[in-house]
Amino acid sequence: MSAVAEHHVGKALRRKEDPRLITGRARYVDDIALPGMLWAAFVRSPEAHAKIVSVDASAAKARPGVHAVFTIDDMTDLTGPLPMAWVPPGITVNNPEHWPLAKGTVRFVGDPVAVVIGEDRYAVVDAAEDVVVEYDPLPVVTDPEEALKAETHVLHQDIGSNQTHEWSLGGGDLDAGFAEADVVVEHRVVNHRTAGAPIEPRGVLADYRAGSLTMWTATQVPHFVRLFTALLLGMSEEKVRVIAPEVGGGFGAKLQMTGEELLCAWASRKLGWPVKWIATRTEDMATTHQGRDQIAYCKMGLKRDGSITAFHVKIIADFGAYNMLLTPTIPALGAFVMSGVYKMPALQTDIVGVFTNKCPTDAIRGAGRPEATHMIELMMDQAADELGMDPLEIRRKNFIPKEDFPAELPIGVVYDSGDYEKSLDKLLEHVDVAAFRKEQAELRSKGIYRGIGFSTYTEICGLAPTRVVGPEGFGNQAGFWESSMVRVHNTGAVTAYTGASPHGQGHETSFAQIVADRLGVDPAVVEVMHGDTGVGPEGRNTYGSRSLAVGGESLAKCAVKIADKAKAIVAHHLEASPEDIEVSGDKFSVKGSPDKGMTLAEVAGAAYLNQVPDGMEPGLEATTFWEPENFVFPFGAHAAIVDLDPDTGKVKLIRYVAVDDCGNAINPLLIDGQVHGGVVHAIGQALYERVHYDDDGQLVTGTFVDYALPTAAELPPIETDRTVTPSPVNSLGVKGVGEAGTIAASAAVTNAVTDALRPLGVSYINMPLSPMRIWEAINEAKGASPEGGANA
Amino acid sequence: MSGPVPVHVEVNGTEHTLEVEPRLLLVHALRENLGLTGTHVGCDTSNCGACTVHLDGRAVKSCTVLAVQADGAKVTTIEGIGTEDDLHPLQEAFWNDHALQCGYCTPGMIMAAAGILADNPNPTEEEVRHGLEGNLCRCTGYHNIVKAVLDAAKTKGPEVAA
Repeated sequence: MSAVAEHHVGKALRRKEDPRLITGRARYVDDIALPGMLWAAFVRSPEAHAKIVSVDASAAKARPGVHAVFTIDDMTDLTGPLPMAWVPPGITVNNPEHWPLAKGTVRFVGDPVAVVIGEDRYAVVDAAEDVVVEYDPLPVVTDPEEALKAETHVLHQDIGSNQTHEWSLGGGDLDAGFAEADVVVEHRVVNHRTAGAPIEPRGVLADYRAGSLTMWTATQVPHFVRLFTALLLGMSEEKVRVIAPEVGGGFGAKLQMTGEELLCAWASRKLGWPVKWIATRTEDMATTHQGRDQIAYCKMGLKRDGSITAFHVKIIADFGAYNMLLTPTIPALGAFVMSGVYKMPALQTDIVGVFTNKCPTDAIRGAGRPEATHMIELMMDQAADELGMDPLEIRRKNFIPKEDFPAELPIGVVYDSGDYEKSLDKLLEHVDVAAFRKEQAELRSKGIYRGIGFSTYTEICGLAPTRVVGPEGFGNQAGFWESSMVRVHNTGAVTAYTGASPHGQGHETSFAQIVADRLGVDPAVVEVMHGDTGVGPEGRNTYGSRSLAVGGESLAKCAVKIADKAKAIVAHHLEASPEDIEVSGDKFSVKGSPDKGMTLAEVAGAAYLNQVPDGMEPGLEATTFWEPENFVFPFGAHAAIVDLDPDTGKVKLIRYVAVDDCGNAINPLLIDGQVHGGVVHAIGQALYERVHYDDDGQLVTGTFVDYALPTAAELPPIETDRTVTPSPVNSLGVKGVGEAGTIAASAAVTNAVTDALRPLGVSYINMPLSPMRIWEAINEAKGASPEGGANA
Repeated sequence: MSGPVPVHVEVNGTEHTLEVEPRLLLVHALRENLGLTGTHVGCDTSNCGACTVHLDGRAVKSCTVLAVQADGAKVTTIEGIGTEDDLHPLQEAFWNDHALQCGYCTPGMIMAAAGILADNPNPTEEEVRHGLEGNLCRCTGYHNIVKAVLDAAKTKGPEVAA
């Protein structure tokens, strides 16, 4: 593609979407009301595992304003259960039926049993409490390792065990690698269960009338929701329109086709009125798919000089009660980058998926890759400790050198570009490690335990080349291109449609910057439309840090199509050759004669008056479907500094420095924002957040009182810097950045806490790094251990 | 359950008389009875602060106030402190500093920040961080929110108070 003069790309423009958001004028799902709208409230299981003996809805139905109470027995016209979209060639994945309402058995606390539909938001909740459900409890299993052994606690009797699948991914000679090793370091790395917890809970409004269905839903994936809703309701796809209005955060938690969405659509068709459901926070915490929950047995072999000879990881992945849309694929995403930024001659990841009596898991920000980085980066520190090396020295020793890019790894993926030394060097411009060590020693003599931890990471994003991840490759039943459509109006104003579906990322601004440079207009006159299946082409939506690297590139290519047509029209009017026309400032002008040209408005006028060259269609509009040849691999180096109080076990984060490389910057303001939020998401996991079920399968962290999201008060400023190593995979040279911070940060924080703990005799500890766990670890090390400890 | 009761309330300078169930939350009265949907609900335990409004000049969580408790009071919501053509200094600072992403916590965050600055027109960073403890944001890591509140305080000083 010809070079594009960048006037707007690269600038830290403030966002076009903000005026409506800062004035309370945006419209989220719960802000939409329709005449005659009914409300849905779910009757949910208080039992973690039980047979449903009976459901008595008579009292609920007798309440004023209640239109109906439904169970799964009423939903006989669904064409099938909720979808799971992974059919990997050659591997059996046990996929139990999962219905919008439980069929005979409940398998986690919050599993929906019935739904009440009525006229008033409060009254349906009262009525739901009047539905009497009799349960016959079954044995409960919440520990995935126990669940694998259990014969009496099987969740899905038709499958006969709690195992979903086994899968192995690797390359190189593992046995030879370990045989060659001078030391072997082993740890059981626990990555506990967390919640995505967007501040807007899930919600949906469905309106079926005259054979057509319109749904507004808090989703990242409106096109997927349309497809599955149409299929499951037996409707023709063109009769279903799904709109993701303003969406209050996703973090993967809204990458789903949920039973509640399907149920509201079904109920609206059944009853002839619009039906709305908005989750309460408690409901959202109990039933929105959760993330992580992996136990990994990690084993790393190294030579005495610190070079890695082999890395073997066995992941036990807790999937909860059912497979959701992508559940069993999540640990595999981590396996693709299990060698991180390091040369690993032999590598193997074995994955076992397990059902337990807990809420299902699926993609949450990073999806498999935060877990992988956490394992790798903890193991690098442990190996350094074992070998008596500096943790940064061992990293540099194993970095894939920049001259190796594009770097094909033994596992088969090809890293597009990287310069890991450069990002670490940049980090060390901000963090003076020698000065830190001196300060650390001084503080320690005063009883203050300060620690520093690092994480040098890469990740795989920009999903994705379909040949790799689609039906013929990894087995996802979709293509992963992205669409775009650019329409220049009569006046030269531009509407740009993207199949990506943002929920806070700022596409209306960054995508407008991309289009503006290619068409010689100001981003202010480029309106980016998204999230509505009723306008624009079919789309593949937003997840896996793909929007810019796939959707942005698609839109850039679409804008170039328009520019090419505009050049032909300008050449026709100015009696020049199209090859001699260029975008210069706010005009399409003749090269070397910047005064001689036409603005986009003038071109559009000509295009719509059919003053175009012979044989050319009138109008100024184009559509593009584009798919990358490869993933993109952002990378970086992060450092955390913490203070630890050995008497209470409390950790205070003192500094966090993130150096990231996401290729070329479209809008640096938005990149920094993504890094800030991504990093804090993982700091939250490392220090505060934990979805915890007790042994009876009761969720004990079901509100924001006991599920501790970080607040402003716990955090220092997040210091950010960048290096720029363009990706060769797209013409923009960009990589994704939405998940990078989350993928990097938990390891940096955990390594920092471990660094602070070492003089207290603790050399390894698993998250969450709660005061209690740390205090127990310190006491265990002293030999005065109470029950439990760091490896619990 | 008792029947509807009247509530007289002034919201953003306009007086209203509502007939409400005694258990109706102020946030639902604002959103559903008056159509002021800028105030959001993000939790059910008064932790997230997305519903923050001003009740007689003080920042409160409107999910924890009954509509009947606002009887005779003045309420200011996000819609009442500034418009797209005439932004409040905090709205301007949030925009300039990229202090929002999905925007869901933003109205409550701005109303809470206005409350902080009303009490303390020149807060330190530490004071802003502690002042915002009752408002959760999942997108921004708070970095730019804290910056925006400090910037609003710097540019406008005591005038910031709503």
